[in-house]
Amino acid sequence: MLGFLIRRLFVVVLPTLLGISILVFGAMHLIPGNFVDIAIGIGPDVSPEQREAIAARYGLDAPLPVQYARWIGNVVQGDLGDSLRTGKPVAGEILNRLPATLELALLATVVSLIIAIPAGIVAAVNRGGVSDMVLRTGGLLGLSIPNFLIGTFLVLFVSTRWPVLPTTGFVPLGEDVVGNLKSLTLPAISLGALLAASVMRMMRSSVLEELGKEYLMVARAKGLSNRVVVMRHAVRNALVPVITVVGIQTGYLLGGTVIVEQIFAIPGIGRLALDAVLQRDYPMVQGTTLFIAGAFVAMNTLADVVYGLVDPRIRVK
Amino acid sequence: MAERRPRRSARQALRALMRHHLTGVVAGALLGLFVLAALLAPWLAPSDPVDMEPMQRLQPPAESGLMGTDIFGRDVWSRILYGARVSLLVGGVSVLLSALIGTILGLVSGYLRGWQDYLVMRVMDVLFSFPSILLAILIVSINGAGFVSIMLAIVLVQTPIFARVVRSTVLVAARTDYVQAAQAAGASTPRILARHVLPNVTAPMLVQATLSISGAVVLEAALSYLGLGAVPPDPSLGSMLSENRVAMEQAPWTVIFPGLALGVLVLTINLFGDTLRDLLDPRVRSATSV
Repeated sequence: MLGFLIRRLFVVVLPTLLGISILVFGAMHLIPGNFVDIAIGIGPDVSPEQREAIAARYGLDAPLPVQYARWIGNVVQGDLGDSLRTGKPVAGEILNRLPATLELALLATVVSLIIAIPAGIVAAVNRGGVSDMVLRTGGLLGLSIPNFLIGTFLVLFVSTRWPVLPTTGFVPLGEDVVGNLKSLTLPAISLGALLAASVMRMMRSSVLEELGKEYLMVARAKGLSNRVVVMRHAVRNALVPVITVVGIQTGYLLGGTVIVEQIFAIPGIGRLALDAVLQRDYPMVQGTTLFIAGAFVAMNTLADVVYGLVDPRIRVK
Repeated sequence: MAERRPRRSARQALRALMRHHLTGVVAGALLGLFVLAALLAPWLAPSDPVDMEPMQRLQPPAESGLMGTDIFGRDVWSRILYGARVSLLVGGVSVLLSALIGTILGLVSGYLRGWQDYLVMRVMDVLFSFPSILLAILIVSINGAGFVSIMLAIVLVQTPIFARVVRSTVLVAARTDYVQAAQAAGASTPRILARHVLPNVTAPMLVQATLSISGAVVLEAALSYLGLGAVPPDPSLGSMLSENRVAMEQAPWTVIFPGLALGVLVLTINLFGDTLRDLLDPRVRSATSV
């Protein structure tokens, strides 16, 4: 297992993180205009001499690879530069916004799994039946309807009629737990629908596949009840491939927070990234994209590790 | 399945298609309608999609036009027609580009193996590890909002998917007897790739292309919703949802119709893609087949 982890780390994870950092760093240098102006946010009233002095002070006159090395050195130490708008450190701002995003993503994931896994089992066991049809149609809708559309329709049809669930006004968890959950219910549904749909579909086909296998015939032959056969044997094995789907989809969930946080005015990292690009706050764009992409890689790696733990065959390969 | 039966008439084939893949046929027909409506938008639209009529703001459907007017007094139906045109054009062109680039990369990677494979796949991994909206944010910060940025974002998101699909097919094809025979006969690598390997790729690529277009349509709408895509007053199904948001309680038709159009469009593309997969690759169990 340790060998598998180390190999995975050096062959896949580290090169990917390196590539991400080069891409994010490079993107900021592709922005048209003088990079010194962009990075420091100075206006046109600055003389060329002053500009040079500023560039020298921040090390922006060095060759790109040197600048990259310095930058990544800082990033590794948790220094993502300062925001052009507020002058505050980007890393601090991200940490401030992290709890709301984390809670939203976690809530969306938990709710999706609680609904999707049993739904997938029910659909598989009743394959071709009415409940299967209904669940599969629901799954297809969940896959096809974009999160911002679900969010918009939820606001339109639910909150205007039933004001218990607010559409704006995020309440921090520390302030009021019930208010917090209320303010995150609709956002979590919008964000989690896609995850729920893909997990449900995966679970359904995975259970179906297990149900067709020989060991289940043996289990039935020795007189185990249908319930035991499905729940103890089929479902346990069927959950394995679902782990990968959850890992990948949770990564996409992070991207989805950009939209959902915007719809419901939640002060999270996604909104921070969007505001940054709209306000041309480049260090903030750099920091937030790097952070979210890094989190995405971390989620996928975690899914790989769990997969390796649950299914030893993966490790040997 | 029907297609194994030798020599059948076109009518028989159609009947078999209707019997086994009714959803797919209906979805295909609906999709055809969408494409037609998008193509004919200039003729079908009763009024200009960007022309603002301040006196005609937020007219309900019964009083003005088929679907009423929006917050700036523009005809909602006309804007939906032009919005669908944008969706399909942006989606179609960028997916075509992604398929082209992805196929070349996948061929190189899967056939040559070695360091080329490692390099290409790691670059694809990097692109893959960015949620699409994030890639778009990076591109918009370089290039500004607009359809070019959106298309670039879609290409960057979709190319790795095509590269992976093609690569995995090529890996299998390269080990077949006929390819090895061609190698032994001294055929050049480009010839082997074009004549013997590439035909294997067609079916999985066609299926992926359909699903990719639905992804591209969603991404375009999402980015336009966020104000990173369509620049006002350009019509886009996504931006219609956000620009009318402030008025949606008093004038729900301004968001319900564009929302339905977008939802149905994506759903039909997905259903069509699922049926295509059933037809081209019977081994795969899909969402619509039992």
